[in-house]
Amino acid sequence: MPILGYITIPQSGAKDRLLAELNDIEFCEAFPAENADILVLVTDTPDKETEEQLQQQLKNIPSLESLSMTFGYNDELHKGEHDDNEA
Amino acid sequence: MTMKLDRRSFIKSAAATSAIATAATLFPGITFAGWDKLQDASGMITWKKAPCRFCGTGCGVLVGVSGDRAVAVKGDPNCSVNKGLCCVKGYHSVQALYGKDRLTTAKVRKNGKMVEVPIKDALDLIASKMKETITKHGKDSVAMYGSGQWTIPDGYVASKLFKGCLGTNNVEANARLCMASAVTGFLTTFGTDEPMGCYEDIEEANVIITWGNNMAEMHPVLFSRMLASRKRKTNVEIIDFATRYTRTSQAADKSIIFKPQTDLAVANAICYEIVRNDWVNWDFVHKHTAFYKGKTNIGYGLEDHFKFTDKAEPISFEDFKTFLKDYTPERVEKISGVSARDIRYMASLYGDPAKKVTSFWCMGMNQHTRGTWINNLVYNIHLLVGKISTPGNSPFSLTGQPSACGTVREVGTLTHKLPHGVVMNEGHRKMAEKIWDLPAGSVDPKPTYHTVEMFRALDRGDIRFMWIQVTNPMVTMPKLKRYRDGALKEDRFIVVSDVYPTPTTDVADVILPAAMWVEQEGMFGNSERRTQHFDQIVPPPGEAMSDTWQLIEVARRLGFEKQFPWSEEEYIGKIWEEYRKFHDSPKHNMAPYKVLKARSGVQWPFVNGKETRWRFNAKHDPACSNGEDFHFYGKKNNKAWIWARPYEPAAESPDQEYNFWLNTGRVVEHWHTGSMTRRVPILHNAVPSSYVELNPDDAADLGVVNGEMVKIISRRGEITMPAQINGRGVPPRGMVFVPFFDEKYLINEVTLDSFCPISKQPDYKKCAVKLEKA
Ligand code: SF4
Repeated sequence: MPILGYITIPQSGAKDRLLAELNDIEFCEAFPAENADILVLVTDTPDKETEEQLQQQLKNIPSLESLSMTFGYNDELHKGEHDDNEA
Repeated sequence: MTMKLDRRSFIKSAAATSAIATAATLFPGITFAGWDKLQDASGMITWKKAPCRFCGTGCGVLVGVSGDRAVAVKGDPNCSVNKGLCCVKGYHSVQALYGKDRLTTAKVRKNGKMVEVPIKDALDLIASKMKETITKHGKDSVAMYGSGQWTIPDGYVASKLFKGCLGTNNVEANARLCMASAVTGFLTTFGTDEPMGCYEDIEEANVIITWGNNMAEMHPVLFSRMLASRKRKTNVEIIDFATRYTRTSQAADKSIIFKPQTDLAVANAICYEIVRNDWVNWDFVHKHTAFYKGKTNIGYGLEDHFKFTDKAEPISFEDFKTFLKDYTPERVEKISGVSARDIRYMASLYGDPAKKVTSFWCMGMNQHTRGTWINNLVYNIHLLVGKISTPGNSPFSLTGQPSACGTVREVGTLTHKLPHGVVMNEGHRKMAEKIWDLPAGSVDPKPTYHTVEMFRALDRGDIRFMWIQVTNPMVTMPKLKRYRDGALKEDRFIVVSDVYPTPTTDVADVILPAAMWVEQEGMFGNSERRTQHFDQIVPPPGEAMSDTWQLIEVARRLGFEKQFPWSEEEYIGKIWEEYRKFHDSPKHNMAPYKVLKARSGVQWPFVNGKETRWRFNAKHDPACSNGEDFHFYGKKNNKAWIWARPYEPAAESPDQEYNFWLNTGRVVEHWHTGSMTRRVPILHNAVPSSYVELNPDDAADLGVVNGEMVKIISRRGEITMPAQINGRGVPPRGMVFVPFFDEKYLINEVTLDSFCPISKQPDYKKCAVKLEKA
């Protein structure tokens, strides 16, 4: 069940549209920089299949210029760490 | 279910934080205000203010809390330091609270093994061991070694217990290793410590010169402010004057490389040019400055019991002009490797009356065997042209640690200092004895050991008991082997309070688990005289306890209940209000507790409800009383002192056999010895281990490529580590650079324990080594 963090760059003039489009997608939370044409996107999908579908969906957003991942987490890969991060 | 939700929200916050931090490195000045709304809307995170845990910039942060766990950090938009920005360390700082091997219980050495004990038992043992040591060996056989990462209350109670109650001046802090030359620079030039300016100088200046200071990595948020100002305005120029090419050089308009130690000669050459071109601001110089010379050939402190006292002798301007004759740009070019043209260019920037100039420095000028002198010399430049104490005109000494100013310099946790003044001064001692409710004569009038000498005394056996809090000297002491062997000797008792195991806890007889940062209430004081309060935001783990409270517990066991009467609920506020009495004057008044609690930092002097931005300037500083535009009230003659200080070589320079300079320092991702940041996966993965930076031509001569192992050998020791070629920093030929954050590669086995005879601060930037391909 991956959680991923991205920097997203909108097509010129499409920052607000991209923000709305991303936030409309289930599993996505996006928020904009106040003073630059950049959005931060965090995705949280329940399984591999959904993740793959989401990736496809993101690729097809017309207002999106580029997407670069800065953070990746997958429960499957981090099983042993569960307790350390528990509140 | 709640646990699950917290955990995912924690990871999502980390994902967002990581993206924000990356964006901030790509686009300096970027802010993300929408994040909090999003998080708040989810109802999972509440935000509480604090200063950042790490560097002396003192960014205000908002710590996001979910349940009783800190899960995220963002810049505090209400804090004028960073206006919502953070660097990569700041954004990931809360993760440093939750490393797997966090110390949560006390441990005591029994038959050579560390054994867990209830913290009460450990505190009992510490108190009885202190009593026993004092009885057997006298009061000066016990010592406290703290830190610029101590909170203000930590340092204050340490000083009160050791200097006041026990009557020993064996109190030092690691800020001796990073800030002492700045202090003696201020005291010798102005008679009072800490910068006259503030960070607003960055936006006001037209020219910013960094003197041996890689701000892009060490003070990244201030550097972002510089870049943003240059972008916004058309007339801003950044000059990087340094001994190696760094990220700062890359972003600067001009990079000027000088040979180690020769900044002294270049600074004098700049003064020579200012005088020769008659760029002197005569009105300012006549009214506000006086000229002096001190002793020369002052040594390097390499011997045990080394002593030095400077003697100031007044000289005339003409004497000063004659002194400068040795520093023509052409002559200095030969010493420094800086072209006469570049020296003249720098002089012209300082000399141009239409330009506002700010100089920034940090470890490059302070970790220097003539650290006090080079601080004096940069002040000379600013004083000659009268570019000081006005917006944009600032000689600005930055601090490394979050509370080097607040705790070490203002509270005075150095052997010769008191919260107000020095132990040598009867009036200052009396003030301390009165505020501390101690009999007259409790404070000893004689300073004992500065840091290097304190560890030498531990090795010799003059000191038998040492309590170390919030610092890691078994990584950071120069010529480390001697001091580690000393700490391990029979009949030495070492107490270490820390948050993670370190090479210093390895030598401990007692380890106390400490509360970290926002797990306790406290205050820090940053580089621009800003005191920053933070509440306890999350609970400390296990039996971990604030360093302040550990000291109070021991003080009470030693019979000083009267001096340490406070309850656990209110001790920080009470300590602050007691401490504030020491600074009750317009020159240094501190804000009341409730003001500190309410604001994202308050600058002192805080007088009649107002903070002071530019000291010594009558328009801004309520302590100015001479009726002039400026009043340098720190010195008895009400003048700032311009010093004739010559160029003298380093304690050890490369020769035929040891033919390279070794320079050591830091990287942006790691905080000092890395004990916290190496536990943050993103920071650790960014720079997982230390390395030696080589010039590509030297690497080719040696036959090493990136990642191959190089042996670095000095007269003290040797170390083998991977090479980095054309990485983020590139030293000139004949120099190598090693970051010290990695305990796997203890570079201080190799360094030299020479120091500035005036400040007693060691020089970590210069010693001679040879290299071999390993
Ligand atoms: S610049 Fe310093 S104070 Fe600011 S966030 Fe980074 S480490 Fe913290």
